[in-house]
Amino acid sequence: MALSGLFLILFLLEHLYTNVTLFFGDGGVEFDETSHSMVRMIIIRIIEIVLFLAILIHVAQAVLLTRENNEARPIKYTLNDGGKTSSWNSRNMGFTGSVIFFFIVVHLYNFFLPYRITGTVGGVGQETISVNVVHALENPVYALLYLISVIFLAFHLRHALASAFHTLGLSNKKYMPILDKVSLGFSILIGVGFGSFPILFYGAKLLHKDLLNWAL
Amino acid sequence: MNLTLKVWRQASANIKGGFVTYPVANISEEMSFLEMFDVLNERLITEGNEPIAFDHDCREGICGMCSMHINGRAHGPQSGTTTCQLHMRHFKDGETITVEPWRAKAFPVIKDLVVNRSAFDKIQAAGGFISVNTGNAKDANSLPIPKDDADASFFAAACIGCGACVAACKNSSAMLFVSAKVSQFALLPQGQVERVDRALNMVKEMDALGFGNCTNTGSCEAECPKEISIENIARLNREYLLATLKK
Ligand code: HEM
Ligand code: SF4
Ligand code: FES
Repeated sequence: MALSGLFLILFLLEHLYTNVTLFFGDGGVEFDETSHSMVRMIIIRIIEIVLFLAILIHVAQAVLLTRENNEARPIKYTLNDGGKTSSWNSRNMGFTGSVIFFFIVVHLYNFFLPYRITGTVGGVGQETISVNVVHALENPVYALLYLISVIFLAFHLRHALASAFHTLGLSNKKYMPILDKVSLGFSILIGVGFGSFPILFYGAKLLHKDLLNWAL
Repeated sequence: MNLTLKVWRQASANIKGGFVTYPVANISEEMSFLEMFDVLNERLITEGNEPIAFDHDCREGICGMCSMHINGRAHGPQSGTTTCQLHMRHFKDGETITVEPWRAKAFPVIKDLVVNRSAFDKIQAAGGFISVNTGNAKDANSLPIPKDDADASFFAAACIGCGACVAACKNSSAMLFVSAKVSQFALLPQGQVERVDRALNMVKEMDALGFGNCTNTGSCEAECPKEISIENIARLNREYLLATLKK
């Protein structure tokens, strides 16, 4: 759980960096080129397989863990004030995770499928990947789903990062408050970072602006 | 104080239980929660009714017997407190107080509010001990121990095995208890001989007994009457990981 989760966290950082290139104002050239060159790199193809495995392992463990933990208390409390002793994020990892999982599936259907499987995007004479992103985020339903999922992802990570270090034994009284702040900072970075894409691209559509080619 | 108590009554392990409501009158604010139960039980006995069964022994916060889930919290609303040390002044006059037994598969109800916590004894027996030579005690100065380690070990050893950590945990995990027992020995030279086996065997026993898995929510630390730190859980994870690599 901790290892697969931390791997997914590393991937999120890389993903955020690539996405930010969409804001370079170069018509999406940098983003498209990064995407193309990554697909050509054998090491990236291998990491991609590990990434899919990591998601599957993380989700499978999440399902088992949540089931075992439910079974450990067959008769529930009539009155339970867990909210006073633990954070909402820590108690709802299965829920926030499920929202993220649903989004990952939709996300792969939107971007991975046309570019990598059916080959209907990004090829010669086809719509570029960056334009495909812009079009997807101009759909209010998708933009909203994206934004909501990012918020849940931030909640997931608020607990997850520090929790993973604790699970691996890499924590003590001195590091606990630091880890907690790093978790908070990281979840804000991911929330604001990824949240900016649906907000800015959908906002640009409303204002009839071309965000890929913005200039001062 | 006048209060309304909603108490879980269950005649025995296999008979279905339910809440029974009792009004209690003229309770002093200086009474402990258990003394309030004594008053109620006296009345039930005089009326010819079965008194409410609840665990208690020392009544001074050191034995860990007084398990009660009060108004949705293990040992009631105060942190760092056992039920026997919880005073009625923390409740409001006229309040309705709901009292349930610990709820966990590994802690089945025996009667009313009494649960069977022998699962903790089994975990202890699986590794919570050290090998010592019989005969004269060694001179203390021949076993140098850094002060910080001695302190951390002592804090872990303060665990009274009450089970509030399990009761409060959304996963019914016993990690805080086990981590306290493992840490207490892992930090001292006397604990080194069985160090590897202890971590492996106690965790194995804990899992086999049907406790849930820790997801680091921190509820245990918040409810522990001895304020055992979840730092110990990180240490147990470390001990377990290293022990797995060694064996
Ligand atoms: C980008 C996606 C994700 C990242 C970066 C991520 C990261 C993490 C991390 C680091 C942990 C902490 C592990 C530990 O404490 O040992 C964790 C725990 C967990 N995750 Fe995820 N996760 C992601 C997606 C998911 C998904 C899709 C699900 C479920 C369908 C999920 C469900 C859970 C559950 C149930 C836990 C355990 C709760 C806990 O340890 O507190 N996660 N996640
Ligand atoms: S760790 Fe704290 S809550 Fe758990 S059994 Fe020990 S004293 Fe009780
Ligand atoms: S009765 Fe001993 S700790 Fe409460």
